[in-house]
Amino acid sequence: MSEIRTLIVDDSSVMRKIVERSLRQAGLDSLLVHEAGSGTEGLELLKAKQVDLILSDINMPSMDGLEFLRQLRAQNLAPGVPVVMITTESSEEHVKQAILAGAQGYIRKPFTAEQVKERVLPLIHAA
Amino acid sequence: MLLNGVRNVAIATARGSGEREMGHTMTVSLRESVQLVSDPRNLDASVEEVFHLMLGVDCRREPAPAVIEPESVTAVVGFGGLLSGACVFKSGSSAAMKIAAHMTGMEFDEVDDTVKDGIGEICNMLAGSWKSKVPNLAANCGLSIPAVITGRDYNLHVQAPEFRLNHTYRFEDASFEVTIICDSLQ
Repeated sequence: MSEIRTLIVDDSSVMRKIVERSLRQAGLDSLLVHEAGSGTEGLELLKAKQVDLILSDINMPSMDGLEFLRQLRAQNLAPGVPVVMITTESSEEHVKQAILAGAQGYIRKPFTAEQVKERVLPLIHAA
Repeated sequence: MLLNGVRNVAIATARGSGEREMGHTMTVSLRESVQLVSDPRNLDASVEEVFHLMLGVDCRREPAPAVIEPESVTAVVGFGGLLSGACVFKSGSSAAMKIAAHMTGMEFDEVDDTVKDGIGEICNMLAGSWKSKVPNLAANCGLSIPAVITGRDYNLHVQAPEFRLNHTYRFEDASFEVTIICDSLQ
């Protein structure tokens, strides 16, 4: 598999590292990871970088993950790139909001590398 | 002061998401479910789940209160919506560094920003996991961004909560406390 350019958006640097480690444990060894500490930072980064996969937290200060996703679609940044939301919010309503905003996948924290593999790999293969 | 701040953020979060999409279509109440909401097994299950999945360690509830070093780390995540209150994590500095080490694979000799960040995330996941175990609470209760306090000789005081769960847990040689404070239920 060629290098997967991945953007991880989370206000927690620890969670960004854990998500990256889980992706590698899921078998994605060839990763080029870009990190953003907020939705705003993520949008700015996407204006300059091309990515193959986006993973984003929802509950973040200033711009939350759902607004990041809406802005991403509104500005036509990263068209066709799968977005997976990773969050502590796990109700059906929250999942529905994420899907309506344009997410292709949803992972609830806490998670295992196996869950990341199940949710992320099919999206990469499909893309 | 701090608790009011995180609660206000959580209430705003709930208003911004849950109530907008759901509030006008149905009336949900937890007032009749205090026993279900305050079931101590939900907190134990949440702590075991978060520590097992994110740290790869088995965590057990201890009957005795945690012996917290003078230098301690406290993280607070506020609840807002159907339930108003907070989830509070407290440990000594060495336990906090040990938890952060398990999360990141790094070693720490002081409570730096990465340790505080890690403890904030643990509290966030505990709050999310706990509320997800109560029907109707998951979708109708927002979480605030974690606030983390470090220092020595401080106390957290809450006036007359609806209920309060305060449990001590241990993994390896580290112990910590998790408290769920419910100020009000709708």
